[in-house]
Amino acid sequence: MSKFHVTTQVNGDEVEFLCDPRETLLDCLRDKLNLTGAKEGCGTGDCGACSVTVDGRLVCSCLMLGVEAEGKQIETVEGIADGDVLHPLQKKMIEYAALQCGICTPGILVAAKSLLEKNPNPTEEETRYWLAGNLCRCTGYDKIIRAVMDTAADLREAS
Amino acid sequence: MDYHSPASFAEASALAANATGTTRFLAGGTDVLVQLRSDLVTPDTLIDIKKIEGVSNIEQNADGSWTLGVAVTGAEMSEHTTLGQDWPGVVEAMDLIGSTQVQGRATLTGNLCNGSPAADSVPAMVAAGVTLTVTGPDGARTVAVEDIPTGPGKTSLAKGEVVSAVHIPARGENGGDAYLRFIPRTEMDIAVVGVGVNLRLDGDTITEARVCLGAVAPTVLLVEDCAKAIIGSTLDDTALEALAEAASAACNPIDDKRGTIAFRTEVAGVLAKRAAKIAYARAKGEKA
Repeated sequence: MSKFHVTTQVNGDEVEFLCDPRETLLDCLRDKLNLTGAKEGCGTGDCGACSVTVDGRLVCSCLMLGVEAEGKQIETVEGIADGDVLHPLQKKMIEYAALQCGICTPGILVAAKSLLEKNPNPTEEETRYWLAGNLCRCTGYDKIIRAVMDTAADLREAS
Repeated sequence: MDYHSPASFAEASALAANATGTTRFLAGGTDVLVQLRSDLVTPDTLIDIKKIEGVSNIEQNADGSWTLGVAVTGAEMSEHTTLGQDWPGVVEAMDLIGSTQVQGRATLTGNLCNGSPAADSVPAMVAAGVTLTVTGPDGARTVAVEDIPTGPGKTSLAKGEVVSAVHIPARGENGGDAYLRFIPRTEMDIAVVGVGVNLRLDGDTITEARVCLGAVAPTVLLVEDCAKAIIGSTLDDTALEALAEAASAACNPIDDKRGTIAFRTEVAGVLAKRAAKIAYARAKGEKA
């Protein structure tokens, strides 16, 4: 089976990897690039734990092949913090204790960041619908939603 | 598995025509990858059509009709400034599919060619009178959406044929469409019943109508009797009851954990009435 040589940008850095066409983008991020922030929860696009953005568009990396990443710009949870300085969303998630086991958290962060980039002033309903594809079995969602809403308010004030 | 990303539909068609074993076309991949990963369908040949020029374009033609590329995503349709003004039912139906993440990838053509009788966008497309260009080894042909599904997971597309464009008619004057579905929750579920309605008015009277039911038979159903029930009426109570009766009478659903036969049959009538009211209000220019 011939492998494909893929060149793509991840969190602003140009990266290359060889992949089998059956491997998903999630497999490639985790196993070839050692970016293990994105998680495989379901592998069928239901849980959102593998959320990344591709050319600015929020997607499940388990529903995209590694070969499809050629020439794209990919952002993962690893790119959210600026070095040791956490992103406001990350700080709020900690402040609100909006996580327990943490499996869903990387996907939630990527999805919530994508929401706030599109809509800096979302209603609670819009936030809940936007994050409907990110399942969390620990928190009951309220703390997550409050953390996102509060971050949005802070970012609006700061801008 | 061989992976190809051809530069034209003619090339895509030739690849599929000459392939042996199982062939799948890859657009958004939200069904193809799930089937691949769960070993339901393991393609020997996977043909990614996203490198073909124009597949992500949404264009309005001079006559008011629309041409959509086959890789246009649900998110791109929802974000488009005027497509949803012309065809709110089609755009809303597509938008009901999956999560934000799935919307970032999923396509109308994929939803259709996956062959699910419960595909949300399909009844809305059929009601709207959407047609497709299908490119095959002998050239291109135009096919109505309702002629594509032949049963769960099955389509009428022959070996080597690939859908190469989606055509939505011009909205025209005094027209409106709507799609409603029933699911047991508010988001992220598969339709138990779906109904698409598209109609046109002359004054208060309905002059044209297309009503399409999803998830109540092995394929979506374009129900002539539903259209007849409301054409010529002002969508008064008598017409609405006749519409509901015709919708329920057309149902031939499965009985499963998400809905019994009796439930699906009754809800088809209820949703047909509600969707018709929304389409009617839209045709009158009301925001709904």
